[in-house]
Amino acid sequence: MKDLTLQLIDQVCQAYQQRTPLMIQGNNSKAFAGRTPHKNKAKDNVSTLSTAAHTGIISYQPVELVMTARAGTTLAELRAALDEHQQILAFEAPDFDGQATIAGTLATNLSGPARPWTGSVRDMVLGTRLINGTGEYLRFGGQVMKNVAGYDVSRMQAGALGTLGVITEISFKVLPRPEYSTGLTLELPASEAIVLMNQLAGQANPITGACWYRDQLHIRLSGAARAVDKTVTSWSQKYGFQQATQDNFWQQLQHQQLPVFTETGALWRFSVNSTADDLAPAVHQTGIEVSDSLIDWCGSQRWLRTPETLAEQQNTQLQSLQRLAENARGSVTLWQGGDRSQEINQTLNPVLERLHKNVKQAMDPAGILNPGRLYSWM
Amino acid sequence: MSQSGKPDRQTLARLFSEFIDPEYVIADEETQKPYECDGLSMYCEMPLIVVLPETLKQVQQVMKICHQYQIPVVARGAGTGLCAGAMPHKEGVVLSLAKFNQILDIDPLARTARLQPGVRNLAISEAAAEYGLYYGPDPSSQIACTIGGNIAENSGGVHCLKYGLTVHNALSVEMITVEGERVILGSEGLDSAGLDLMALITGSEGLLGVVTEITVRLLPVPEKAQVVMAGFHTVQAAGDAVGAVIAAGIIPAGLEMMDTHAIHAAEAFANAGYPLDAEALLLCELDGTTEEVDQYIERVEQFFLQQGASSVQVSGSEAERAAMWKGRKSAFPAVGRISPDYYCMDGTIPRSQLARVLTEMQKMSAEYGLRVANVFHAGDGNLHPLILFDANVPGEFEKTEAFGGRILELCVEVGGCITGEHGVGMEKIRQMSAQFNEQEIAQFHRLKQAFDPAGTLNPGKGIPVLKHCQEYRSLPSSDTSVMPLTHHHSAGDHS
Repeated sequence: MKDLTLQLIDQVCQAYQQRTPLMIQGNNSKAFAGRTPHKNKAKDNVSTLSTAAHTGIISYQPVELVMTARAGTTLAELRAALDEHQQILAFEAPDFDGQATIAGTLATNLSGPARPWTGSVRDMVLGTRLINGTGEYLRFGGQVMKNVAGYDVSRMQAGALGTLGVITEISFKVLPRPEYSTGLTLELPASEAIVLMNQLAGQANPITGACWYRDQLHIRLSGAARAVDKTVTSWSQKYGFQQATQDNFWQQLQHQQLPVFTETGALWRFSVNSTADDLAPAVHQTGIEVSDSLIDWCGSQRWLRTPETLAEQQNTQLQSLQRLAENARGSVTLWQGGDRSQEINQTLNPVLERLHKNVKQAMDPAGILNPGRLYSWM
Repeated sequence: MSQSGKPDRQTLARLFSEFIDPEYVIADEETQKPYECDGLSMYCEMPLIVVLPETLKQVQQVMKICHQYQIPVVARGAGTGLCAGAMPHKEGVVLSLAKFNQILDIDPLARTARLQPGVRNLAISEAAAEYGLYYGPDPSSQIACTIGGNIAENSGGVHCLKYGLTVHNALSVEMITVEGERVILGSEGLDSAGLDLMALITGSEGLLGVVTEITVRLLPVPEKAQVVMAGFHTVQAAGDAVGAVIAAGIIPAGLEMMDTHAIHAAEAFANAGYPLDAEALLLCELDGTTEEVDQYIERVEQFFLQQGASSVQVSGSEAERAAMWKGRKSAFPAVGRISPDYYCMDGTIPRSQLARVLTEMQKMSAEYGLRVANVFHAGDGNLHPLILFDANVPGEFEKTEAFGGRILELCVEVGGCITGEHGVGMEKIRQMSAQFNEQEIAQFHRLKQAFDPAGTLNPGKGIPVLKHCQEYRSLPSSDTSVMPLTHHHSAGDHS
């Protein structure tokens, strides 16, 4: 448990004065996330700014449902502290072998299967302290559930991949551990599973997970024991669900350990309208072979595994998949694989791109914080 | 045209009337009068012009003209806001979105609703009811306030602890930039490409753009909801009782506390059966499946008794539940009956600090010679002290504002914030520096510039002008460091 705030501020100030880029890094468990803008770090004068040793839980008040921790604190450490009070990180972010840190989780906005019901890491953030691109140490939000003073700079860090500031401290909401959880499964093709999971989510039942993988629809129920049991009985009778026996499917899904996440090739992530039809056949039609696919977040998040992209075809592929994503009212990212010096995220329209550049300029005028990690142009 | 090169009132009215029905281009003072303030009627100002466009194109054109001549634009929904966020600018245009009042689509399977900004908050749930769905955030003004205003203020309500604020329930918006361009932020997915600009826009008080369409998430209507009402002899005991419920892993749908002044006023108004001998009253609502509610309601009842509740009552029917809430929901107007005027504050504090804050507040109350009643969203720490005063007594409103300012500073001091759900607007702009230092405020200004370089969107609201930062002061009349620029009216009866 160490407070390295002053050193971190010093390093950003120096980089700002010298106009040299910084690559922000926690435990490097998510090196795959975002672009890899620098082929030669030494040549580009890039230095690493490590938050890995800036660790520790600063405060935790179980009855307030609020925890505050330094950037480099691992989720594993947070979970251990929460466990003593039967509380959880409801956003269920992946652990990546115990290495994932709270700031890295926020910067990548990674949330697990319960996301449609209990919210994302972005939703749980109450406040942050961060260092902007000129080395100023700033505090936004706070440790209370409701706070509408000033712009919500804290939540804007979610998914920004460190391009807007060096997050040094985060306060977030935690929730009680559900009294009881159980899983249900049903063999079903993807397109039917998408409809059914959305129908189930529209009913007032204690559902906290809906995922389709390899012809199986998986439903997770959590909450008051009596309510869960009643739903198990009712849905088994009505739809033919089987109660899952001692499987660790939800654990593997949360921590991205299922084969779709670990196979070789390229992995595409679609974030779309939950009811959009299965994307695998449509992707296949564009001439890209889909070897595996998983539908999570009750249909809102789709993972598609394809063969490794060829560098010269990557942009064309991204554009075709972007059209599919837009039809499904969402967006696409080349999550893993491919040539990561090229663009990997959905192209933004000119107005949105200008706003992005302006926001980047407002937070990091010299462009020294993770430049190029999100888009080549910011 | 005036000497500054800006069109004067009549010229601007003519320009707008070329593409908007002249009936909806309001340039005369009498017709403009209803637009002079929002729900915080102590702050008012007459605008240059009020315009009520009916189409997206018209909104874009209004924005383009205002951009061309650098005319301030204040977007307005139902005007129920409580921080003077929609108060007009005297050299500016009030852009009312009242005519954008259509529910464009409800998708029952995806559980989303696509809405124009002038749709009333409650109308969303009413329309979704036939699908067994509803919209979560329920500010007390929900019968009148609009979803566009909810986005501007990141509105909450009594169910925030379990169901979140507007920022947790809005998926996407269509926004018109200050230049008049159309842009979509967010998506129908649960996140979108690039930066999370939805987080920035939600609660930005009309300072960054004009929202013209909103897509929100809908939730299934719970099978059952039931309320436990309990009286306590001390605020501390009531606070501890709340802690005990949370520590036991129960997240109530609503958890409200009222102090003795509020209990008496509400009971006289609503006859809800509130215990008049109690120093603090808790209303704890549980919702979910019948089994869940039955299981937890018993436990909550036990916790309250264990924490020394002087009375405990569980709602036995929907009518009883409604009666229990009626008192709470009418607490503001009820307090209005025991005082000529009241001024509603909106700080948030860590719940553990409640007893300390209330004690300090009583001391201040004696010091200022003004009574204060308290209504508290106990689940999420949002405190609404109502300062009772008489606007007809010279100097009393000024004294009330000073008292209110000190309450908000106290909230920050104990680890909370100056506004939980009402927003900063014009009202709390002076308290912003209690919560944020100059660097943070300067950062807010740079973000504002990212969207609105000339500072014509709702100038003078939300973020105070730093005295030494001349570059941020683009409009002479947007200088809010020299307050007050408004004249005072008596307090409204909004809740």
